[in-house]
Amino acid sequence: MSELKQVKKMALMGDEAVAYAVKQADVDVIAAYPITPQTIIVERLSKYVADGELNAAFIQAESEHSAISICLGAALTGARTFTSTASQGLALMHEILHAASSMRAPIVMAIANRALNSPLNIHCDHSDVMNARDTGWIHLFANNVQQAYDLTLMAFKIAEDPELLLPVSVNLDGFILTHSVEPLEVLSDEEVLQYIPHVPYPYRIDFDKPLAYGVMALPDTYMEFRRQLYEVILKTPEVFRKAADSFSRISGRTYGLVSPYLVEDAEIIIVALGSTVETLRYVAKKFRQRGVKIGVVGLTMYRPFPEKELAKILENAKCVGVMDRAYSYGGVGGPLYTDVLTTLYKNGIKTLAADFVYGLGGRDFKLIDAEELFKKLINAIEVGRFDRDIYWWGVKE
Amino acid sequence: MESAQKYFKTIRDIPTKDYFAPGHRLCAGCGPSLAMKLAMKAVRMPTVVVNATGCVEVSTSMFPYVSWRLPWVHVAFENTAAVASGITEAFRILEKKNRGKIHDVIAIGGDGGTFDIGLQALSGALERNHKMLYICYDNEAYMNTGIQRSGATPTGAATTTSPAGRVIPGKQERKKDLIGIVAAHRIPYAATASISHPLDFINKVRKALEIDGPTFIHVLTPCTLGWRYPPSQTIKIARLAVETLYFPIFEVENGKVKINVRVTKPRPLEEFLQPQGRFRHLFEPENKNILENLKQQIQENWNRLLKLEEIGVYA
Repeated sequence: MSELKQVKKMALMGDEAVAYAVKQADVDVIAAYPITPQTIIVERLSKYVADGELNAAFIQAESEHSAISICLGAALTGARTFTSTASQGLALMHEILHAASSMRAPIVMAIANRALNSPLNIHCDHSDVMNARDTGWIHLFANNVQQAYDLTLMAFKIAEDPELLLPVSVNLDGFILTHSVEPLEVLSDEEVLQYIPHVPYPYRIDFDKPLAYGVMALPDTYMEFRRQLYEVILKTPEVFRKAADSFSRISGRTYGLVSPYLVEDAEIIIVALGSTVETLRYVAKKFRQRGVKIGVVGLTMYRPFPEKELAKILENAKCVGVMDRAYSYGGVGGPLYTDVLTTLYKNGIKTLAADFVYGLGGRDFKLIDAEELFKKLINAIEVGRFDRDIYWWGVKE
Repeated sequence: MESAQKYFKTIRDIPTKDYFAPGHRLCAGCGPSLAMKLAMKAVRMPTVVVNATGCVEVSTSMFPYVSWRLPWVHVAFENTAAVASGITEAFRILEKKNRGKIHDVIAIGGDGGTFDIGLQALSGALERNHKMLYICYDNEAYMNTGIQRSGATPTGAATTTSPAGRVIPGKQERKKDLIGIVAAHRIPYAATASISHPLDFINKVRKALEIDGPTFIHVLTPCTLGWRYPPSQTIKIARLAVETLYFPIFEVENGKVKINVRVTKPRPLEEFLQPQGRFRHLFEPENKNILENLKQQIQENWNRLLKLEEIGVYA
């Protein structure tokens, strides 16, 4: 009989859980700029450094643009780097996000998802990360505080995999997760460092082996550089699976690219990101008890988009609802909806589908909202169509 | 010359090793290319260069060729001081953790990347007190994009966005006092230099590298295309900038000002201006007031500098 493992439990806010994971990862360089609702992450990290619990350079930059630039420079030396931001801060970083992925800098960043100005708003939505969707970063989404902790550790494993060397963002819903205290299981420091030991960065800045980083490439060579990014990011699912497997062995918690719930025989499936996945699961379970064949699929990884995995789940659905906590103004729908529609079309899946834009600027998405939304989906199956393709759910009309 | 030529006393003391390789794509007669060659002569240990977007960057890193015989990093236009901050701090922590070796970090930006778009990142880096040297090569406009005015363009100069028009004859505003801004951060060392005074410049680069903290050198680098003079005249023009008091050579060490090239009999400013196409319109009778204004600024700057040296503080 195997010995029972002692599991350490803590009660932490999402921000604190991320900071704790970063400390355990023995990160070398942290550069950030204060912005609500991520500030607690860097406050905790600066305290760890000040108290000697973490041997790292903590640099409070004079802007997010500089924070990400500091991380990029540091990553090229082979240092393990971390930053965190939200909203405007991520928008200010935007230019350098592209450089970080193309220069293959394995930076890990926590994004405390928050709405974009204007009007000014400090609460949750996904407009910030959706702006960074096409930057060549790997984007992971946490559904709860435990996942925020786990995915932060996995993010280092994925980012620094020699097959990838790509930056990774871990998204946690502003306030809903960043400021909610939840119980979670944490690994020991030793387990963490066994999981993510420091591995030498193969292209580190070294006077004895000089390299040029961030060169100029004209039309005769630029496209080949970009092709490399296109190819390498597609290796992420495999690297993710490896990282999830070894994480599962030490933690007992298993992660997939997607997290399906009650989807096996589901006629109605809802696709969502972030904390809302949990709300939807709760309500789906209640509807199942009433005999409604409904399921929920959360995406743990949003970029690269888990098209194959999602198509497999959606292939027998009669009706798909997509939850968008951001919008592509003037576009054909929200960013997730567009991705899901493309997945359905490319995989020859014929089903009803509609976009539900919700929760912008922290508008609550309550159980009752989920119930009403589910009824809309049930009705669509009954009448054979939706009365429109894009709903702004919970907006005052 | 009074510059403390401590490390390289004569031209013969300068190492023959070139970390800045020939074969780059900078113009014939390019001032910045000479500044790069000279600065790299002062390299003293494992070193990395961080380069802002600009003439030097695009002309020395055209894939698959590179003109740097040491590690070289370019990320963007406005963040060079930040990237350099990250590299220098990373090396220091990695050495503590036995996973890396400290390198000298030299950040290099043009006047656009330093006076204007990179000023915030520079200020942040200076305030945070990182051990690094920032060299601004100043050719007094955005030359890489085709000669647009910058915060470093002097009053009266014609550029493609401050043309010598019939109503508005060239740039109306004055040149930003960059060393003043840098020195206001109370960093241990800030200096000006000119490619016409190579020993002074190389010694300043080495001196700055020896200091444990942020250091800054502002080097004047004439641009044959932007200033509109023949490529053979670059050094001469740079020298005239010093000898007419247009660009004084001094250093601010721990707050104390020292003039390194003491010009006792300044040449008339016209000797510097006249060979340059960008100032040609200043010699039209209707633009006499602009010429006078520029002369007055230069005299004021010099008088101020003498006073600062006398009182022993730069603020």
